[in-house]
Amino acid sequence: MADITLQDIIKPENMVYTKTELMTDKALSYCPGCGHGTAHRITMEVLEELGMEENTIGVAPVGCSVLAYEFMNIDMQQAAHGRAPAVATGIKRVWPEKIVFTYQGDGDLAAIGTNETIHACNRAENIVIIFINNGIYGMTGGQMAPTTLPGMKSSTSPFGRDVPTMGNPLKITELVAQLPGTYFVTRQAVHKPANVRKAKKAIKKAFENQRDGKSGVSFVEIVSNCNSGWKMTPTDSNVWMEENMFPFYPLGDIKVDGQLV
Amino acid sequence: MSELKLMKGNEALAEAAIRAGADAYFGYPITPQSEVIEYLMAEKPFDRTGMVVLQAESEIAAINMVYGAAGAGKKVMTSSSSPGISLKQEGISYIAGAELPCVYANVVRGGPGLGTIQPSQADYFQSTKGGGHGDYRQIVLAPASVQEMADFVKDGFELAFKYRIPVLILSDGVIGQMMEKVDLFDPIPRMTDAEIKEKYPWATTGKKSGTARRIITSLDLDSHKMEEHNIKLQAKYKTIAQHETRYELIDCDDAEYIFVAYGSSARIAQKAVKLARAKGIKAGLFRLITLFPFPSKQIHDMCGKGAKGFLAVEMSAGQMVEDVLLAVKGCSKVEHFGRYGGIVHTPEEVLEAMEQKIIGG
Repeated sequence: MADITLQDIIKPENMVYTKTELMTDKALSYCPGCGHGTAHRITMEVLEELGMEENTIGVAPVGCSVLAYEFMNIDMQQAAHGRAPAVATGIKRVWPEKIVFTYQGDGDLAAIGTNETIHACNRAENIVIIFINNGIYGMTGGQMAPTTLPGMKSSTSPFGRDVPTMGNPLKITELVAQLPGTYFVTRQAVHKPANVRKAKKAIKKAFENQRDGKSGVSFVEIVSNCNSGWKMTPTDSNVWMEENMFPFYPLGDIKVDGQLV
Repeated sequence: MSELKLMKGNEALAEAAIRAGADAYFGYPITPQSEVIEYLMAEKPFDRTGMVVLQAESEIAAINMVYGAAGAGKKVMTSSSSPGISLKQEGISYIAGAELPCVYANVVRGGPGLGTIQPSQADYFQSTKGGGHGDYRQIVLAPASVQEMADFVKDGFELAFKYRIPVLILSDGVIGQMMEKVDLFDPIPRMTDAEIKEKYPWATTGKKSGTARRIITSLDLDSHKMEEHNIKLQAKYKTIAQHETRYELIDCDDAEYIFVAYGSSARIAQKAVKLARAKGIKAGLFRLITLFPFPSKQIHDMCGKGAKGFLAVEMSAGQMVEDVLLAVKGCSKVEHFGRYGGIVHTPEEVLEAMEQKIIGG
C-alpha cells in the first residue's frame, strides 16, 4: 500500500471542519482554555448559517471581549463599559431591518450596565444579548464580579466573597426573564461538545427571533470558565464550574416564546 | 417652506431637528430643557419624517444611543442641562475618540452639583476644554437668540458630518426658555438608506461580501497607534480653527472699550453698549459665536484697532475670561464681570463694571 501524503488527505470529501469566514485569522487574545473563543465561533457560525452576515451589526463591550471586533468579521461597534444595550438600541432604532446584537461579560452587563440591560429588556428592544458569565472580572485581573459566588475567591475578595459585607451574587438572567420585554431567555455552557451544540442552537433561536420580528430581547447567558482568573488549569476550572457554578446558575431555558418555562 | 413662528428656544431647537432631517433624538427630561423632548413627542416626527424619538432611561443611555446611531451613519441628536451633560461626558469622549458626528445641546443652569434651575454660563470650561477624559475638542456654537437655537441645529449637523465631530449647542436657561420670533428654515429631507451607505462608507450598515468591515471604536492598545490617532485629531482641530471660527462685531469700528460675551450675556452686553454710547463712551461688543474654535486672533487684532480694554461678561465666576486673556496676550487690559449661581446680570451692572474695572480702573 502506497504512503498517504498530506495532499491525499486535503480533499473536499475528507473535510470535516472549516473555520467560518466570519471569524478573522487574528489569533484570539483569550487565555488558552477560556470559553470566549468557542462562544465567538458559534455566534459567527450561526450568523453565517442564517445568511445574516451582510445585515448584522455587533456591539463589543468593555472587558475581556473588548476586542471582539478584532475576531468577528462583520461590522462592529465598541461600546463604553456597560452601555452596549443602549448602543444597540441606538443602532436598531435607526436601522430596524438590521440584525443587532451585543456580546457582554458579567461585570459589563450585570454591574456597571445593569440599568441599560434592564431597560433595553423592558422596552422590548428587538436585539440579541449574548452574556458571558464567568463570575469574575477577567480583563482587569480577577476582581470580584456581580456574579461571583458566595465564598469564591477573587483579587478583591481574597478570603472569599463575604455576603454580609460584599453582597449577594446577582442572577440577572432570572431577573430579565421576569420583564415583559424579553422574548427568549436561556442559560447555556460551552465547556463540552454537547453543551456547545445546545448553546449554538439557543443562539440560533435568538437570532431567528430577531429576524422574524418577535417582539423583545432574546437573551442568551453562557456560563463559562475563567481558568486564569480562578487560578486553575482549564480542565480543573471546567470541573469546578460544573460543581459550583451550575448549581447556582442552572442551565436550561428560562423563558421561551415570551412565556416563563 | 420657511415659516415665521413665535417659539421658545427649546421648541425652536426641537423643530429645527425635524427640519434638519435628523434621523433620531434620544433624550431624558431635565429642567430647563424638557420642552425639547416634550415638543418632539407632541409633534410626532415619526409620522412626519420618520424621525425616531425615544426617552431613554438616563442621560448616559441617551448619549450611548446617540453613539450607536451615529456610528451607523445616521443624523442624531440629544440635549440636556448641566447635571445631565456631566453624565454624558463619558459618551461624548467616546464619540470624539471614535470620530462620530452628532449634535447635542446644553441648556445651562447654575451649578455646581444639582445647583439651580436658573440660567448660567458656568459650563464653559467643560464645553471648551474637553469635558470628558482625553485630549479632544468639540465644536461649540453659542446661540444668542431663539433664531440661532434653530439655525445652529442645521449648521451643527453640517459641521458634525464635515469633520466627524460632536457639535455642542451651548445655550442657557434664558435662551432655552424665552419666546421670540423665529424664521424657521425650509425642511431638509432625511437621507435615504442608499444615500447614507454611499456617502458614509465608514458607518456600520452591514459588511457586504468582499468589502472591508467597518469598526467604530476609540480603543487602540498600541500606544504608538493611539498617538498617531491623537495627532490626527489635533490636526483636525487645527483645520477647524482655521476655517470655522465665527464671531460678530457690534459697534466695534471706533470702539475703545470692548465687551466680550456670548449667548444671553451678549444680548445683555449689547444693551450695555447702547447705554455706554448714550453716555459718550465708545463701547463695542465682540460676540463669540464659536467658543471652540475661539477667535483668539480676531480678539488680539482689536488691540491694533484702538481697543483700550476688554471686559469679559459671562454668567460665571470667570471662565471665558481666561481665553480672552490668552488671546489678548497682554496687549490690553482684561477684566471679568459676571453674576452667577442662576442670577442674570443687568445691562446697568455690566456698564458699571466696564466703567469701574476698565475705564476707571
